Amino acid sequence: MLAYIIRRLLLLPFLLLGVTIFVFAIFSLLSPEMRASLYLTDVPKSPDAMQRIIHKYGLDQPIYIQYWQWLNQIIRGDLGWSKTAQRPVFEALLYYLPATVELSLWAMLPVILVGIWLGILSAVHQDKLIDHTMRVFALVGWSLPTFVFGLLMLMYFYAKLQWFPPGQISDWVTREVINGTFIRYTQMYTIDALLNGRLDVFWDSLRHLIMPVITLSYVQWALLLRVTRSSMLETLRQEYVMTARAKGLKESVVINKHAARNAMIPVATMGGLLLIGLLNGVVITETIFNYPGIGRWAADAAIRLDILSVVGFTLFNGVLLVVGNLVVDLLYAFIDPRVRLE
Amino acid sequence: MPTWLRHPLFWIYLVLGGLFVFIVFVARYELGLAEEPLFLVSTILVFGVVTAILTAAYRVRKLLRNRLSLIGIIIVLFFSAIAIAAPWLAPPENPREPYRIVRCGYTHMPQPPNGENPLEQIWKVITKQATICEARPFGLIQSYDIYYGIVWGTSMAFFVGLVITGLNVLIGLVIGSIGAYFGRWIDEILMRITDVFLAFPFLVAAITMAAVLQPSLGRGLLTAMIALIFFGWMGYARLIRGDILAIKERDYVYAAQALGVPHHRILMRHIIPNAIYPTLVVGSMDIGSYVLSFAALSFLGLGAEVGFADWGQMISFARDWIPRLSDHWYIVVYPGMAILLFVLGWNLIGDAFRDILDPRLKGAR
Repeated sequence: MLAYIIRRLLLLPFLLLGVTIFVFAIFSLLSPEMRASLYLTDVPKSPDAMQRIIHKYGLDQPIYIQYWQWLNQIIRGDLGWSKTAQRPVFEALLYYLPATVELSLWAMLPVILVGIWLGILSAVHQDKLIDHTMRVFALVGWSLPTFVFGLLMLMYFYAKLQWFPPGQISDWVTREVINGTFIRYTQMYTIDALLNGRLDVFWDSLRHLIMPVITLSYVQWALLLRVTRSSMLETLRQEYVMTARAKGLKESVVINKHAARNAMIPVATMGGLLLIGLLNGVVITETIFNYPGIGRWAADAAIRLDILSVVGFTLFNGVLLVVGNLVVDLLYAFIDPRVRLE
Repeated sequence: MPTWLRHPLFWIYLVLGGLFVFIVFVARYELGLAEEPLFLVSTILVFGVVTAILTAAYRVRKLLRNRLSLIGIIIVLFFSAIAIAAPWLAPPENPREPYRIVRCGYTHMPQPPNGENPLEQIWKVITKQATICEARPFGLIQSYDIYYGIVWGTSMAFFVGLVITGLNVLIGLVIGSIGAYFGRWIDEILMRITDVFLAFPFLVAAITMAAVLQPSLGRGLLTAMIALIFFGWMGYARLIRGDILAIKERDYVYAAQALGVPHHRILMRHIIPNAIYPTLVVGSMDIGSYVLSFAALSFLGLGAEVGFADWGQMISFARDWIPRLSDHWYIVVYPGMAILLFVLGWNLIGDAFRDILDPRLKGAR
């Protein structure tokens, strides 16, 4: 177990290095002129200004020297200037991140609880009405594009019923923040509202969150439901489940204590996939609901060809995913004795 | 009577071949559509799909007995029919550019569908009683006809899904099989590269790639497709690698090596044909999800250019009308339905295939 952890931890720096090399490789698909223009804030005054900038930033040097310089820059946290956010890319990431974290936390909770519960339900009642309903739901969920689902939600709950608005928070809360009557400790409105003891703000924030949360999570429900179902079906056919039943244990004990726990082991490997789905989904969801997180920022930047922001965002995603996968694998080894003993 | 004449597949192929030749001739000489290579390529692809599905349904009878996969097959065949019949369902204004959506007027405002029953209006278009702009079965958005976009978007969806999947499987095949066959450091390097590619969320990586490619290639089909191909091959590479690792230990491979057969020949003739099957099946299951990803890129404004018959691009118009979407529901509902049904059809087939092929679920139903 310890050897496994150490081996995985030793691999981490190499993977991170690979991630940076990779992002730089994509970045250097742009011509030197193009990359130089990313550093410009003004129209060049003289004809050779471009050449001077290319020279100044070392864009005419061999590729490995450029990479080395770039790596030094990003290790210092200097990812360049984000034209979309009007601040340095690193600061922009930190600025937009809390909103995304808030959204993701709210989205993950129903995903994990509801998805697993429905999956178990579906497997236990295999080929009954509920199983078929769940399978169809999972298939439709898997096939319906996030952006269509989001727009349909907006169409009904915002444009027609006026229940849930898009955006992050109502204007009156923003005014209170500016006035200083509402203090943002964590930059996450739901938590700040509780810290300030303001239930009206909490409610307002929830009203804004509910549609993005559902949009972000329903694909994941479908995914988790499917995996839990098939894993549970497999477990239910194991001999020890039969033994448990033969012992005369109650069905609920057999399912919850004996089968479900073991069926969860393969589900745990889904952690990485769920993270990927979350990171992908955030871009689309935030764009549709005009929710000011890193996803919307990245999508805006991509359309405006603000490459430095996009590259910074990708780098962030890569690092997050590498670390996230490591955590999932270690957790998996912790849960499953078969991996631990290898 | 020889046995192959009695084989139903023979007649199916014969009919499909005849239909294909007929369509291409009519499109070439009556409608002048052969100027557009995209149309020709996607027609060939759609015919390939129909042939493959009918063959699979004939060989694997379970596909037809399972209700869900039967629905899936019907949906995909329905879309194939739309894609093939596109020149008649929605006659292009300019046969040289059939994938450019017909524009009716120049207002920015969405225009509601004409009449209560869209099918009636579509019938009028097919029977040439009315032009598309007069009939307007699904309404207009920014003066682009939604019906036209959906019909021609179907053949686009086939094109995008099949080409992206095909190229991804091909790249995965090359990298996976080279790594697995030669092993040692070549395998190590290729698999570590795969790991790095896998360190990025698919859509995020594709967005970055599309943004970086845009200055040189411009916004359009090509950019988005390259972006999606670049990041989709890793799963197939790993899959085929695993299968080849198992197969290259077989006796017949050793026999071939002992006889001095060159490496590339062993790979091509003895190993890949025996290992490729699972990868192909997984690839065919992914067609729907690639269409989704492409639509997402288009929706974000990084895919097909404005006015191009692409479902995702058509839905992106709706972003300007969010507060009034309940009046202008048709700009989301019709293209959204098209994407949902198309992807659902592929997923239903894929799901059934998975159940049939998965040995762990044997006896489950």
